[in-house]
Amino acid sequence: MTEIILQGLLLGGLYALFALGQSLMFGVMRLTNTAQGDFIILGGFFAISTVAATGLSPGLGLLVLIPLAFLAGYALQRFVLNYTLGRDPLPSLVVTFGLSIIIQNFLLEVYSADPKSLEAGSIALASFSVSDITVGILPLLTFGIALLATMLLQALFSYTSLGRSFRAVSDDREAAQLMGLKPAIVYAQATGIAFMLIALAGGLQAMRTTIAPADGPLLLLFAFEAVIIGGMGSFWGTLVGALLLGLTQQIGFRLDPGWGIWFGHLMFLVVLVIRPQGLFPKTRG
Amino acid sequence: MLRAQCITAAYGDAQALFGIDFSINAGEIVALIGANGAGKSTFLKTLTGLLPVRSGELEFEGQSLRHLDAGDIVKLGIAMVPEGRRLFPSLTVEENLLMGTLSGRKGSWDLSRVFTLFPILQEKRSMPSTSLSGGQQQMVAIGRALMSNPRLLLCDEISLGLAPVVIREIYAALPAIMEEGMSLLIVEQDVQLAMQASSRVVCLQEGLVSLEGKSSELSRDQISKAYFGI
Repeated sequence: MTEIILQGLLLGGLYALFALGQSLMFGVMRLTNTAQGDFIILGGFFAISTVAATGLSPGLGLLVLIPLAFLAGYALQRFVLNYTLGRDPLPSLVVTFGLSIIIQNFLLEVYSADPKSLEAGSIALASFSVSDITVGILPLLTFGIALLATMLLQALFSYTSLGRSFRAVSDDREAAQLMGLKPAIVYAQATGIAFMLIALAGGLQAMRTTIAPADGPLLLLFAFEAVIIGGMGSFWGTLVGALLLGLTQQIGFRLDPGWGIWFGHLMFLVVLVIRPQGLFPKTRG
Repeated sequence: MLRAQCITAAYGDAQALFGIDFSINAGEIVALIGANGAGKSTFLKTLTGLLPVRSGELEFEGQSLRHLDAGDIVKLGIAMVPEGRRLFPSLTVEENLLMGTLSGRKGSWDLSRVFTLFPILQEKRSMPSTSLSGGQQQMVAIGRALMSNPRLLLCDEISLGLAPVVIREIYAALPAIMEEGMSLLIVEQDVQLAMQASSRVVCLQEGLVSLEGKSSELSRDQISKAYFGI
C-alpha cells in the first residue's frame, strides 16, 4: 500500500507540472488553453531536437529551451491570444483548439507518428530502495521540481510586484489600467511563465516515457482535471489536485492495468459533484 | 492645466458626450454635477483614457491625450478614484496602495504620508481590502490614487453609499490633499456638498455643459434648471 501511495504521488508530481501553466493562465486571464497538452508534447519534441542538435545533456538542453519557451509564450499571448480575450470565452477556446490541431499536424509532418523519447542517461534507470520499496530518481526529481515550481509560483504571486500585477488585472482589468498597468503586457508575461512550465513538463515527460504527436489531448485532460479538482487559479490546489489524480490512477492501475485512467476520471467526477468549485478555489496573496 | 474642447465620445453607437468644453487650472477644485446619465462618469473616462475621444481636442499641460491609453495618462499625472472604489479584492490594503506607485511618478505621496492622512489604514494594512468598511475602502481608493503623485485627481462619486459622518471625514481630508498645487475634479451627486467643496461648478446635461460658474455665485434656481433642464 505504501508503495502505491508513493508511486501515485510521484506520478501526481508530473501531472502538477502539466497543470500549473494551465492554472496560471486561467488564474490571470480566465483563459482555458485547450492546446495545453499539445504544447507540452511540442516542448518534449523540441527538447529531443535541442539535445540532439547541441549534444547537451537533457538537463542543460531544458535550461536552453526554457527561456525560449518564455519568449514563445509571450509572443503567442501578445500577438494572438490577447485578441481572443473578453467576456465571451468562446473565441479563446476556438483559437486554442485550432492551435491544438495545427501543433499535432506540425509534429506529424516533422517528427512522424513514431513515439520518441529523450534519452536521460543513467538517471532514467537510477533508483534507491527503502525497506522493500524502490524509488526512481527521475520521478523523485520530477516531484521535487513540481513542488519547487508550485512554491515559486505562489511566492511570485504573493510577494512580488509582478504577482500583484497578475492579481490586479485578474481582479479588475480596467482599474488596473488606471494604475498604469498594460494588461496586454501583463497577460503576455503570465503566458511566458506558463510556457516555461510547459517546456519543463514536456522535457520531463519525454524523459519518463515515449511521446507521440497525438498524446496532447490526454495530457490536457490530466492537466484540466488537476486544475478543476484543486480549484481554478490556486497553485497549491493544483498541486494537491494533481497528486490526488496520480494517486487515484495508481490505485486503479493496481486493481487492474486498464482501470488507472478511468479511476482518475471517476475521482474527478466525484469532486465535480461534491465540490464543483474545487478543493482550494482562487489564489490569494 | 487641462483643456477639453468640443469633446465627443460614445459607447458603440450610443453617443454619450456631444461636444464638451471644459478646463481646469492648477490648484483649482472643480465640481462636475448633473443628473444620472448626464455624462459625468463618461467624461472622466475620456480624461483617463478608458474611453476614446471621438472628436475634439483634449490637452493636459500642453500634451494631447487623444491617442494615449489609460496607462500612459496616469504616468502624465492624471489619477482617478473610480466610482464604486474598484479596489482589488485579492490584494491587501497595503498592496492596493502600492499599486498606485506603478505609474513611476516621483513626489511626496508615499505609504507613510497616506497613513498619516488616514491613520486607520495603517492599522489595517495587512488585511484584505474587502474586509474594510465602505468608508475605509474609499480611503484606500483615494490613497491609492494619491500614491501615483498626480497633478490632477479625479474623484468619481466618492460619497456614494457612505454614512454622512464618513463623508464629512473624507471631505475634511481634501485640503491636505490639495497642497502643492494639485488640482481636483469632483463628480458628485450631492450638489450641496459639491458646492461647498469646490471653487467652480460645471453642470452637465445630456452630454453637454449646461451651466458653469463660481460655486459661491450660482443660485439654487440656476442649478436646478441646468441640472434637470426645467
